[in-house]
Amino acid sequence: MTADYAGLFHALRPESHLVIGALLVLFFDVLWARHRPANRHHVALALGLISLLMAATAAVTQGTIGPVFQKMLVIDQLAVATRVGVFALAAFALALLPESSRQRHPAEFTAILLFATTGFTLMAAANHLLIIFLALELASLSLYVLAGFDKKSAASAEAGLKYFLFGGMSAAFLLFGFSLIYGLTGSLHLGNIATQLAIQGQPPLLIVALVMVLVAFGFKAAAAPFHLWAPDVYQGAPAPAAALIASASKLAGLVLFTRLLWPGLGTAVGTIAHTPITVGWAPVVALLSAASLLLGNIGALAQTNVRRLLAYSAIAHAGALLLGVIAAGRIGLGPLYFYAATYGLATVGAFGVVAALETAGPVQNLTDLAGLYRRSPLLAGCLAVFILSLAGIPPLAGFFGKFAVFSSVLRLGGLAGPAGWLVILAIALSAVALYYYLLILKQALVAAPVKNAPRVTTPWPARIALLVAAGLLVLLGVMPSLLLQLF
Amino acid sequence: MNALPCTIYVSFAGALLALAAGSRSAQAARVVALLTALASWGIVLAAATGFVPAAGLQDLVNVAWIPEMGIRYHLAVDGISLTLLVLTGLAATAGVLFSWNITERTGEFFALYLALIGGVYGVFLSADAFVLFVFYEIAIVPKYFLIANWGSTNREYGAMKLVLYSFAGSALVLAGLLWAYAAGHGTGFSLPELVAATGSLSLAQQIGVFGLVFTGFATLAGMFPLHTWAPTGHVAAPTAASMLLAGVVMKLGAYGCLRVALPLSPAAFALLQPYIAWLAIIGILYAGFVALVQDDFKFVIGYSSVSHMGFVLLGLAAANVTAVSGAVFQMFSHGVIAGLLFAVVGRMVYERTHTRQLADLRAMSLHRLIPFAAVVFVLAGIASMGLPGFSGFPAELTILIGTWQRQPLWALAAAFGVLIAAAFTLRAIQVSFFGRTGTDRCDTPIEPLPAITWPEKTGALLLLGATIYLGLSPDTLFDWIRPALQSPYFHAILTGGLS
Repeated sequence: MTADYAGLFHALRPESHLVIGALLVLFFDVLWARHRPANRHHVALALGLISLLMAATAAVTQGTIGPVFQKMLVIDQLAVATRVGVFALAAFALALLPESSRQRHPAEFTAILLFATTGFTLMAAANHLLIIFLALELASLSLYVLAGFDKKSAASAEAGLKYFLFGGMSAAFLLFGFSLIYGLTGSLHLGNIATQLAIQGQPPLLIVALVMVLVAFGFKAAAAPFHLWAPDVYQGAPAPAAALIASASKLAGLVLFTRLLWPGLGTAVGTIAHTPITVGWAPVVALLSAASLLLGNIGALAQTNVRRLLAYSAIAHAGALLLGVIAAGRIGLGPLYFYAATYGLATVGAFGVVAALETAGPVQNLTDLAGLYRRSPLLAGCLAVFILSLAGIPPLAGFFGKFAVFSSVLRLGGLAGPAGWLVILAIALSAVALYYYLLILKQALVAAPVKNAPRVTTPWPARIALLVAAGLLVLLGVMPSLLLQLF
Repeated sequence: MNALPCTIYVSFAGALLALAAGSRSAQAARVVALLTALASWGIVLAAATGFVPAAGLQDLVNVAWIPEMGIRYHLAVDGISLTLLVLTGLAATAGVLFSWNITERTGEFFALYLALIGGVYGVFLSADAFVLFVFYEIAIVPKYFLIANWGSTNREYGAMKLVLYSFAGSALVLAGLLWAYAAGHGTGFSLPELVAATGSLSLAQQIGVFGLVFTGFATLAGMFPLHTWAPTGHVAAPTAASMLLAGVVMKLGAYGCLRVALPLSPAAFALLQPYIAWLAIIGILYAGFVALVQDDFKFVIGYSSVSHMGFVLLGLAAANVTAVSGAVFQMFSHGVIAGLLFAVVGRMVYERTHTRQLADLRAMSLHRLIPFAAVVFVLAGIASMGLPGFSGFPAELTILIGTWQRQPLWALAAAFGVLIAAAFTLRAIQVSFFGRTGTDRCDTPIEPLPAITWPEKTGALLLLGATIYLGLSPDTLFDWIRPALQSPYFHAILTGGLS
């Protein structure tokens, strides 16, 4: 069996664009732009966006290829959709890069963001435990750097370190889980693992391996009780980095673990759609989901800091997304992908507004948003769209994401088992969620501005990114079929 | 007829236009809002003149929307929805007229107002439960900002409470609908499909589905004991928003009960019918007694709304053609009368005297200061008490007759509520407008209040005209409503239940 390197390079054209783009960004910065401080930021931004665009074009034009390179990667519909989604979310995050003196190394930031995105797209296509781990680590290491990128801020350093320590620990768990799976099945390839497990049934060691894998999954998805890094990282990291961690990273992580859990470990799923439940990973995921829904929604009620509030809302959404993972293998990937993509879009937007506001002063407390409707009607309007989409208000995409995920879970078995009960819990908690989302909007749209609060002028790349993101949320909310028909 | 869906689009487009116009001048936003409200009302009235009453919904639009989940964009109309569409147009137009004096962030006010109206039109036109739910939720969020930005007394609390109650109610509806949808193996959300799917469940589960959906909608209709959002929300809201809330938005809940919840499971309804009826009666009596002792003029009207909505719920619970047609008529009638009462209290009185305390108003001799407001309020009060000649009379009478046919005890208990309504309405009229005793009437000088403006007069006359016209010619609406209730869709609930 010979390795098909030509096929590999063909399949990885989008990733090649990203890596070459990242190197070019650094190269231009060293040779040319660093001597022209006025243009430094624009050059990095333009090169980064162009390489993301080229990567997205390559991903779309090459379409589905199927298994690549001895089935180490699989470029299926899900992989293509995730790649494009990740490119879009990364482009939004990049466009938010503030053009201020605080951001002293735009080229490095752009390059690392592109490397992280390379990791995300590989995560989307990985079909082999080693590739999964490598892609995950490429993405994670880049994100650790991005989280701590603001050298002068202690909070940013704390965010980077905390993220790194939690991430390293979860990677260790994941590796241990993988080694057990390898030991059980003698293969690293997801397809072979599934065949082997189908023969072996459920050896007890598999349960240990599953728990190890799910710990890492919980970390990546910011699901309780592995969520502790999220509030601190969201609070301390530079806003574009936080946006990337909350959106593209989450989308790629969910797709990765869905692929690992369903095609790979699908025989060990267990059932929770009916009582009595049977053992497998689904009951554990359901537990994580319940914990995240409760902790995220109730924790968010107590927050006075915008970023921490968004972090707790992210935990709550992780709970709903995990429900989607449970249904994904039976009902289809459409609802899960739709939810993750539109959630990412809304979160990028919300952090984008925060980033845009930070050009005029720090944005930490909810009251820092006071009177936004006077300081910048554009930002206030966009923020309303993003937050209401997170809250799940139609006609915005967030509503339909929730709706699709919940209905897909209920179609598993109605209210006959814990899966259905969790849906009821999630729907009930969405009313709680509306309360804290309205607290944000109350500051932005109702409260009067503090005295002498400056008007906010948004740089045009961020302005376009925010408007496009808000427009997409409305479009996908009115016509969800645009995304759903892909699956 | 086929232009009816345009009411939705016109309202949403008008909302965007008003927002754009508001950034230039407040007057432009007002004119845009008035033209939008008139245009959509005009579309409804034009459709109403050509309307041929029939059993069952008459399709307007029916196209695939989200084929992956079997969801269709299905709009249709029957006599019940047409009645409420006419009410929406009327209340929307009057509401714009009564908000003519909004000067702060006018464009945004009317944009939110028209977005709310668009959602309401959408609910009344929906024939697919998913579409109905989407419009229902679209109508929720604007209320928060309308009240929190432009409201009065305790507005942020009132706004949050109202919106969370509405949203929690809609969450219950969503849970119930999804349950039914899953039971039907996810084929679709059209109402007959959901009814069939619910019918395939066990009785206990049917009760679960029915309980979720009905409780959700009944929350918005102000059913005891889930009514507490209504008085605080109505009091906090700006005048036009109170008019819409009491006049139209509470009807969304009652309409949802009738159109979606009750037919969903006739078996569960038959079991729960007495409980619903007694909750409605408790609501009528309790809210009436509470209205009797309020110090704040607007709270009197707020609780009276809950009491009158109790009649709607009682009519629905009695579930025969007479009672239900009376309930739909009462929705219209109460929409008009509550709008009038809130307009007088919130706009004509409060904006001039800056107090709503009955004790303060008593000292003012308002009937001499603003005689127009006094006349309107007396007429509206009479209509609200259900005196013949006004729309409240045929509405409550039909409900009581229908209820008597089903269960005389309910009718007797509810009839007592009519007496209480008379008591708290007369008290409000007497204390607020005719407070001063005869001796000091001419001696003390009176500070003049600003005159009643033409938009207020036009709005008040529109609403008064509607209540008097329907009081004298109730069959205009009954001729639309009764054929609609002959639809096989309603057959099971109108013949089942207690008998």
